[in-house]
Amino acid sequence: MSRLVFSGISKNFGAIQALSDVSLSIEPGEVLGLMGDNGAGKSTLVKIIAGNFRPSAGELSIDGKSVVFHRPIDAQREGVEMVYQDLALADNLSAASNVFLGREPLRRFGPIRYIDYKRMNTVSAELFKQLKSETRPRQLVRRMSGGQRQAVAIARTLLSEPKIVMMDEPTAAISVRQVAEVLDLIRRLRDRGISVILISHRMPDIFSVSDNIAVLRRGRLVCRKPVGASSPEEVTGLITGAIDAA
Amino acid sequence: MTTLDDIINNSRHDSWFARLKNLQVFWVFIAAVLACLALSLMTDAFTSDRNLFNVARNFAFVAVIAIGMTAVIASGGIDLSVGSSVVLSAMVISVAMASGIGFWLSAGLALGAALLVGLLNGILIAYAGMPAFVVTLGSLSAARSLAMVLSDNKMIWEFGPDHGLLLWIGGGSTLGLPHPLYVLCVLAAVMSLVFRWTRWGQHLFAIGGNENAAVLAGIPVRRLKVSIYMFSAMTAGLAGILMAGWLGSVTTNLGQGMELTVIAAAVIGGANLAGGEGNALGAVVGALLIEVIRNSLILLGISTFWQGMFIGTFIIVAVAFDRFRNMRR
Repeated sequence: MSRLVFSGISKNFGAIQALSDVSLSIEPGEVLGLMGDNGAGKSTLVKIIAGNFRPSAGELSIDGKSVVFHRPIDAQREGVEMVYQDLALADNLSAASNVFLGREPLRRFGPIRYIDYKRMNTVSAELFKQLKSETRPRQLVRRMSGGQRQAVAIARTLLSEPKIVMMDEPTAAISVRQVAEVLDLIRRLRDRGISVILISHRMPDIFSVSDNIAVLRRGRLVCRKPVGASSPEEVTGLITGAIDAA
Repeated sequence: MTTLDDIINNSRHDSWFARLKNLQVFWVFIAAVLACLALSLMTDAFTSDRNLFNVARNFAFVAVIAIGMTAVIASGGIDLSVGSSVVLSAMVISVAMASGIGFWLSAGLALGAALLVGLLNGILIAYAGMPAFVVTLGSLSAARSLAMVLSDNKMIWEFGPDHGLLLWIGGGSTLGLPHPLYVLCVLAAVMSLVFRWTRWGQHLFAIGGNENAAVLAGIPVRRLKVSIYMFSAMTAGLAGILMAGWLGSVTTNLGQGMELTVIAAAVIGGANLAGGEGNALGAVVGALLIEVIRNSLILLGISTFWQGMFIGTFIIVAVAFDRFRNMRR
């Protein structure tokens, strides 16, 4: 059974048709590279999955169950997590605090409830270890490298045992060495059976880590095939419109 | 093979001293101690019981509000209205008590009036999305005006049946220590714990660090902001009640310009106006340093006109210190 299925998803903002009749499915443990030019509808599609927007038409289902998201929290409850492009981390807090931000575990001492830092540190250390990242729980995010920040943002999504993780341009603003680190993080998510939707403009990243590739152009899905059956040249053609569809 | 515990334990390589000397509050505290030492050598008056008592009491008012201000600044905001909340609270309690209402009910009304100012600030800032600077500048003007209307701009020095109690609470002492100092100690201890160990505290710093991240993490940012401005106003209201009892009379110029001293104390104590940093102890030490400077100028016979120069220099030095420290990293 497919993890996530869109059938005939359309979205319009007034007269602007952002997405038209997009049908797509993702399997558990699949990495789907989502590509397209600016304004092609990538972020609209992602925001529909994340519960920021509701589709104008069409249906979304997760594990065979039809779902309707009114707010991002609804999507999170169904196991959809999002890693934002700017990572949405608080620089002034520790890695562990960021992993647990908004979900801090509490302990009781009589009538007083206080944050269980010990548990936060242990759990995040465990998550970083699973991701094979050298990030330390108590380190301030401000002092971290781009790759470590990415690990914090990803560890954050793992906290809730997600089914689908969407990543928006995770390799856009980091050094070459850190790119390899982030791609490894994505492979670890995949190995855990999590479906990953990777949005990127960087062709080499998409081709090295994705199982399948999907291209959007002007709100339409113009291609969805295994990466092995495609090539960067073909994808470039599809994005720009030089190739109509594949 | 490193175990999980190794990773956790290795997360801090710095020794406790290295951590200590990275804290602004540590250096400000050293400065305050040095100033005290110098003063006790240069004048006999400084270490007299009477003078120490006065210093301890005077700085407590500023320090109490500076703790509230630290919460606001750490969340990335600013509250200019605290001086006016002080006079509003003091005026409400004195008018209420003068009309024959007992102390506790009057104090409740005074705190309620201050909290209302904070509530209004918070709603306009968090829900209407207006800049904190402008909103609290508005309430700075409005709250003081309200205090004038309330009292008809007269001085109030008779506080009805509980007159003695008010003066004892604000101006009295127990075991040789002034009462405002007790209030300050309790507030500082509680808030140090709250900032570090509660979700409210953590989320406040998260908002100051990256408001967008806090929103995306599902933190009720708006509600939290309202509560932060209400907390700040509450500390101002508390100080207003204590000051009314200390002075034994209330006029409408009480707390005028106090917001700047309070902000100075918070900033000297390590609160970062860009948000995300600050601590309760720092606010207390910052307020202490300002009061010691003020006191020393008086004792050394230096014109009080120089006071602003010294405090201003300290603010700039404190911020410059923070800047250099961050550059080295």
